[in-house]
Amino acid sequence: MFDTLNPCTIPPEDEALRPHIRALAAETVARLPAETRARSWSGLDIEFSHRLGREGFLGLTLPKEYGGAGRGPFARFVVVEELLAVGAPVAAHWIADRQSAPLILNYGTEAQRKLFLPKIASGEIFFCIGMSEPNSGSDLASVRTRAEKISTGWVLNGQKIWTTNALHADYMIALIRTSGTVNERQAGLSQLLVPLKAKGVTVRPITDLTGASEFAEVFFDNVKLDEDALVGKEGQGWDQATAELAFERSGPERIYSSLVLIDTWVQHLRRVGRIIGPAAQLAGEFTGKLMVLRAMSLAVTGQLAAGESPVIEASLIKDLGTSYEQEVPALIAEDIGSHPDEEVSVEFYRTLNFMSRIAPSFSLRGGTREILRGIIARGLGLR
Amino acid sequence: MVENDLLTNFIKMLECAAPLEVIRKIENDDDIDYSWNIFDSSGFLDILVAEKAGGAGLSLAAAAPLIEELGAQLFPAPAAQTMMARALLTREGIEPPSGPILLAGYNAVIPFAELAGHALVAWQDKVNLIKINTTILRPMGLYGSRSAKLEFASAPEVLVSLLITPETLRASAAVLRAAEIAGMAGAVLRMTVAYANERIQFGKPIGKQQAIQQQLAILAEQALLARMAARLGCAAGLPPTTEAAAAAKLVASASVPLVTNIAHAVHGAIGISEEYNLQLFTRRLYEARLADGADGYWATLLGARHLAGGAATSLDFVRATSPV
Repeated sequence: MFDTLNPCTIPPEDEALRPHIRALAAETVARLPAETRARSWSGLDIEFSHRLGREGFLGLTLPKEYGGAGRGPFARFVVVEELLAVGAPVAAHWIADRQSAPLILNYGTEAQRKLFLPKIASGEIFFCIGMSEPNSGSDLASVRTRAEKISTGWVLNGQKIWTTNALHADYMIALIRTSGTVNERQAGLSQLLVPLKAKGVTVRPITDLTGASEFAEVFFDNVKLDEDALVGKEGQGWDQATAELAFERSGPERIYSSLVLIDTWVQHLRRVGRIIGPAAQLAGEFTGKLMVLRAMSLAVTGQLAAGESPVIEASLIKDLGTSYEQEVPALIAEDIGSHPDEEVSVEFYRTLNFMSRIAPSFSLRGGTREILRGIIARGLGLR
Repeated sequence: MVENDLLTNFIKMLECAAPLEVIRKIENDDDIDYSWNIFDSSGFLDILVAEKAGGAGLSLAAAAPLIEELGAQLFPAPAAQTMMARALLTREGIEPPSGPILLAGYNAVIPFAELAGHALVAWQDKVNLIKINTTILRPMGLYGSRSAKLEFASAPEVLVSLLITPETLRASAAVLRAAEIAGMAGAVLRMTVAYANERIQFGKPIGKQQAIQQQLAILAEQALLARMAARLGCAAGLPPTTEAAAAAKLVASASVPLVTNIAHAVHGAIGISEEYNLQLFTRRLYEARLADGADGYWATLLGARHLAGGAATSLDFVRATSPV
């Protein structure tokens, strides 16, 4: 079962990207405290995203004719890995680069590709994805937000919620009901491109438990969209959206969200000289698991590079990876709390507590743990 | 294609050499001669030996699926260890002795040690080939297990000393044990899923219950994790590096409690019975977790190297020491 996954190495031409992106990331994070870098792919710096676009690090897997680099998934793995390892702020372009661009490339019209892809690759436009609604979370097929067809295109009414990056995005690719009723579930859902500056769109930030506003509510009140707002086929939105979810489940970002915290803790241990015994054991658990999980993510990247679609494997990795990310703050808190006489810096304390608070979200975003395990069970032939 | 044929032939040979009834007899005090003769004459014990020394010259990575199969098929002798020992000995121009060879640490408990005639054993900073006799062999006396430890009142009688270090010997043993765990975890997953699909309670197969499905998903994850850990260790080559072996064995060992707990929970009482095959796997999994350094040993070693080293980030340390 799942025995086609094998360790694979990064091709030298992709590995060659590392020094440049590493230097760029180091320069950018030099002035950021650990608690800011710990935001990982939620950390925002619009100017840095523009710069990555200018220097050719976005749209790496897009064909050259659309402004991309025409490279494979391993190139993107190297770049993403280096950015995440030090907590460079990638949120602004993250969704556009990871999901929206491949979606438009796969399902969009030639006109959509020419219009959007070069600007995504250059870091000029940002995207968000409209999935969840107030009554539609894990049960995504129950979306109610509706687009009616009119002579010039569509009229959109409804609401999305928990939309990451909506505050800074130029466009939303939204899963919308274009026909039928909620009872018809997946049938009748389509993906529509919504310019967030359009008349009738209201974006309202939601403050999270860390005080940040990374996600938002988005309201649509008679928003008029052109005919070419449709991405892919009408009624195929569910299949398109779930294929997209599969690709976002196996990347290094599902393993690396707590790396900045681990390294902040490692620096603390080195500073206080507690480098053997139980602390070393915990550091070894983090490091050994990281080595194996990274190999697993690389193995899936190899399958994607070979044109395969390892959907179940991606779900397995996401559950394993996010469990790893979530156990890190709890175990580091236990370690630090077991040494109350040890001096802990304010920066480290703030980083640890930021991570403890935000870590529950790691197994919610992109499909909850319980939903993923259901997908795995189906893969095992149990459902 | 060639490798698939190799694996298919290997499985056929194992099924012939050690069917379940033979495995059960060997676990309960029979000798290994019948099974070992078939295995030995098949040539598979020399797959890791270089071609110029008369072996198949397979890389450890290429041999990984076969080593895992030794676990999955419950072969009741230290066959993977013998494969490795033959490779390590012939690399140094030493003719390996016939029969099973252990990779051993001083005082450590080794599965199936009772059946071995020789051991590569770490003793006073050196790796030595020794002959095992009853004065140094101390069987653990567990039901259904042939585990024993090697105890020396004084220096063992050394046949020959090797150039490899005790650390390399232990790393080699750990990677093989990780692969054995991975093979057994995969077999336990298949058994447990099949059982959940057959066993009817409340009018339907228990595998239709979400509570069971969630548990089996965790079992599948742990089996995959153990296998990737083993493959990573094997990708480090022959002999493997300490860091890759540490990651492989710590992750594979850590999977054992989850794999065995879930498998037994899904099977219910039948899994506790001697007659049912699940216990053949879970008994061995507990011992394999402990053998050649358990999770805590390797984690402490790996972490101490990271903390004492100068890597700027944990990912840098991982990339510098990982074979991939």
